[in-house]
Amino acid sequence: MKYAYYPGCSLHSTAKEYDMSTRAVFNELGIELQEIPDWNCCGATSGHAMSRELGLALPLRDLATAESMGMDVLAPCAACFARLKTADTTAKDDPALLQSITEQTGIKYGGGVEVLSVLKAFSAVGAEEIAAHVKKPLTGLKPACYYGCLLLRPPDVVQFDDAENPTSMDDVMKALGAEPVDWPHKTECCGASLALSKSDIVVKLTHDILAMAKKSGANCIVAACPLCQANLDTRQDQVEAKYGEKIGLPVLYVTQLMGMAFGLPISELGLNKLMISPDKVLAGI
Amino acid sequence: MANAVASDRLTVTGNKDFQTEIEKLSGQNIASCYQCGECTAGCPVAYTADITPNQVTRLVQLGQADDVLKSSMIWLCVGCETCTTRCPRKVDLAKVMDALREVSVKRGIASGEPNVRTFHESFLSAVQRSGRVHEISMIGEYKLRSLDLFSDIFLGAKMFLKGKLAIMPSMIKNRDEMKKIFCTRKRS
Ligand code: SF4
Ligand code: SF4
Repeated sequence: MKYAYYPGCSLHSTAKEYDMSTRAVFNELGIELQEIPDWNCCGATSGHAMSRELGLALPLRDLATAESMGMDVLAPCAACFARLKTADTTAKDDPALLQSITEQTGIKYGGGVEVLSVLKAFSAVGAEEIAAHVKKPLTGLKPACYYGCLLLRPPDVVQFDDAENPTSMDDVMKALGAEPVDWPHKTECCGASLALSKSDIVVKLTHDILAMAKKSGANCIVAACPLCQANLDTRQDQVEAKYGEKIGLPVLYVTQLMGMAFGLPISELGLNKLMISPDKVLAGI
Repeated sequence: MANAVASDRLTVTGNKDFQTEIEKLSGQNIASCYQCGECTAGCPVAYTADITPNQVTRLVQLGQADDVLKSSMIWLCVGCETCTTRCPRKVDLAKVMDALREVSVKRGIASGEPNVRTFHESFLSAVQRSGRVHEISMIGEYKLRSLDLFSDIFLGAKMFLKGKLAIMPSMIKNRDEMKKIFCTRKRS
């Protein structure tokens, strides 16, 4: 089994630990990841926010390269995943628009690629197979699984799990021996694309999510998006200062916890790159 | 105008050209919106915007281009697709917001949230230059353009110390292709 791997800009910088732990976990599961050569940025929110055609042309170049590799694409970043998946769907639904982009850019995409998030890839592996790799069950860990906005929406495009009350990440956590908490903010948006330009809004949205996770009895948050993870992890002191509440919840990538449970070397999981240290909640594991 | 209804906020012109333009660019049937407010109820930024998402669709239906295009709402929209997911009339409002932003830039209308627009422009100029985003240069450019020089400076320093911000930009090889891709963005 092989996937064309699209790390995206974040996994090369702010989310290095997501890149490291994704590679380590897929290797353990016997799935080869082959990085898309010379991949370019998907345009993230800014691409489609400013131009419909630019927002499609950027990810289409990556899809075309993946198509020439003859592999489906794994995109761990939720924002990249959403852009690639949307471009793929639009290419199929609007051939005239695809044609116009091809004429302008020379990019030829035939629609022969499936774009997967890590959650979709793990659900294809199956909970039993994941459980079979567990050497150190995550007993006592009570994660709040945070899916955020772009992993599952819009449902017509993503066609996976439930957009309002998803369970695919909870299923992975259960397979690892953790007890995910039931909570209402699984798919609330953290406002990440406003992180630099309107940080007051982001601090409020981040507070709502963190406070709800805490109230729901979680002792950590699990994310599958570098923008969500960065927002929730790095802004906790701002949230605590503004709202006068102690939060102190480590925010880990789903792949870091899988790596822990699989007994992979800590050095491959980048746990030391997290702002809020997970050492205490992972102490017994 | 004989058939215009004036109020302190609205002048209803009955002109459908604007609605048609936005429907075409977004591929959405805005006429089908029946103002239930579901989009607004779930929107993470509506609480702080000048008009709400359902007011956006209503103003488009009424041909009130200026009120919509200068609003802060179209720039605060983060594209989270909550509205798109929940609309009972299947209006993909996130796509409508994209179209409105694009038209407001083409018409040279000042952004209702200048820093948000500056951020998007800084981000895209980084992609245009190198094919990828190098955070330190992108943030530097944003800060210079927006003159928002000192916010989050400690956060940036902490991330740097954690080795989370790459010092050297990473460039793709085929930057000619990037030039062609950026030609698809029509500014007028
Ligand atoms: S949810 Fe849909 S129908 Fe309801 S107000 Fe919003 S756009 Fe209109
Ligand atoms: S996509 Fe935009 S308008 Fe719709 S809910 Fe999200 S932020 Fe609000």
